[in-house]
Amino acid sequence: MNWLLPEYTADALPHEAAQIERLRRAVLDLFRVHGYELVMPPLIEYLDSLLTGSGSDLKLRTFKLVDQLSGRTLGVRADMTPQVARIDAHLLNRQGVTRLCYCDSVLHTLPASQAATREPIQLGAELYGYTGVAADLEAIRLMAAALACAGTPAFRIDLSHVGVFRALAKAAGLDAEAELSVLQLLQVKDVPSLHERCAALAEPYRSALLRLPELYGGAEVLDDAARELPALPEITAALDALRQLQAGMPELPLSFDFSDLRGYHYHNGVVFAAYYPGFPSAVALGGRYDGAGSAFGRARPATGFSMDLREIARLAAAGPQAAAILAPHAGGDARLAAAVADLRARGEIVVELLPGETVCEGPRCDRQLAERDGQWIIQAINRD
Amino acid sequence: MNGITIALSKGRIFEETLPLLAAAGIVPSENPETSRKLIIPTNRADVRVVIVRATDAPTYVQYGAADIGVAGKDVLLEHGGDGLYQPLDLKIAKCRMMVAIPEGFDYAHAVRQGARLKVATKYINTAREHFAAKGVHVDLIKLYGSMELAPLAGLADAIVDLVSTGGTLKANKLVAVEHILDISSRLIVNQAALKLKRETLAPILEAFAQAVK
Repeated sequence: MNWLLPEYTADALPHEAAQIERLRRAVLDLFRVHGYELVMPPLIEYLDSLLTGSGSDLKLRTFKLVDQLSGRTLGVRADMTPQVARIDAHLLNRQGVTRLCYCDSVLHTLPASQAATREPIQLGAELYGYTGVAADLEAIRLMAAALACAGTPAFRIDLSHVGVFRALAKAAGLDAEAELSVLQLLQVKDVPSLHERCAALAEPYRSALLRLPELYGGAEVLDDAARELPALPEITAALDALRQLQAGMPELPLSFDFSDLRGYHYHNGVVFAAYYPGFPSAVALGGRYDGAGSAFGRARPATGFSMDLREIARLAAAGPQAAAILAPHAGGDARLAAAVADLRARGEIVVELLPGETVCEGPRCDRQLAERDGQWIIQAINRD
Repeated sequence: MNGITIALSKGRIFEETLPLLAAAGIVPSENPETSRKLIIPTNRADVRVVIVRATDAPTYVQYGAADIGVAGKDVLLEHGGDGLYQPLDLKIAKCRMMVAIPEGFDYAHAVRQGARLKVATKYINTAREHFAAKGVHVDLIKLYGSMELAPLAGLADAIVDLVSTGGTLKANKLVAVEHILDISSRLIVNQAALKLKRETLAPILEAFAQAVK
């Protein structure tokens, strides 16, 4: 028998697991002190509620099974965001602002890329019930703080606003199919194909759509956009929102990209992505998705972000590796037992040898408890 | 980490990219045709070229092993283009993706009859999409080279392949019957690299764009 795991799944062995758990605690503590309450939605849900308001992409990426109890189709969550939106809209039913966070495994039928796992640990925070830019500002700041706290501070945070393309598509009279094909070309900045695809569109919308892939860079891009894009009310509002964000976060490495339209099907405002050297795509993604929860009876403004904790843990430098203290088997020695309990209460790792056990293969021990003159003292372990 | 890595394939793409690199002030210090090195330095300390198989260029750039690269549209269609920007048509290594059949094979009739055609190709995705759009059922046979042999040896009814002059087709008594699309090479850019290394990459992309105009 060959104990192979399914493709694109992996164990987290002690070293990696310790790193993931250390970062999980650190980031969840950060969320907690920002007033974000932790929720733990179930691993499985009826498929229709799990896929509410999401694109066909998520449908393909969701494992399905039949519920033996109800005969209905269940989905194993591929994304926790719809679950958390359901909790806010349907269960908590608060009128004002609700701040929620979560951290758990999700499962993908297909890996996001050949280098990705099919079981990411999705870590994120969502803010419901506030329409204004202040909520986006809070979400982006919290994302930056979470990445910094995990040891992978964002080198670049890219902002975009799906309202710009939405307004242009509407003004240019694109039907749903045409809108989708132009969207796909914009997302990969395929300018040559975009030229062909938009050839028949009316000015000034044609030129504006062709210009979007090149509108990326620093704050100067906002001026270019204001000057070169048609002054549709939605575009003016979008640029205004981006300007407010830029002014509100001078401490963050912000940039802009008007053709970054990830999650276009459920986002409807500011979207953002954080980048870190050494990782070939965004390490954290987020944005506004107003109307979240409408399928659950209550449309609520929403903004938030999430990241894959496994990737973050791989990118971040390893944390301090606490070495352990080796203790002999206590037997009936009350003083030894008390010394061990005292060390453990102070957070030290103490490995108590079992009768007949002579070495500890893990965790690494660099000190040992030894008896001297009737006292249990700590000695360094000499390795030759 | 702050340097730029460019993925290029040997041969036509490398040769025809050289003038564009020169326009951006980049000159590779060795020729991959004579050197066995796979990593070639350039006159700029912060820029290096890696030599890859043409079909591998998108993969290197997608996973950030290279920041930018040059890939034929044919290769990009097969790869899918995930994680890549493809902002610029470099207008080099031009050819056409065609359906070709042996002389005397009644292609139009076979297609009209709704027969199941056997098609040999290296470009499985492109061929599948082309025939699906026409509503023609096909069995695709993946081959890695010498496509022209397949119909002659009775392996396939037709082939989907790149045609530049048509000389190989003619020599093997094949005729091109359908033009699927025009192919040329694209500049491809890793999405994260464009964000993280914008200051270094933007001038290179701009120089390429000017040189292509």
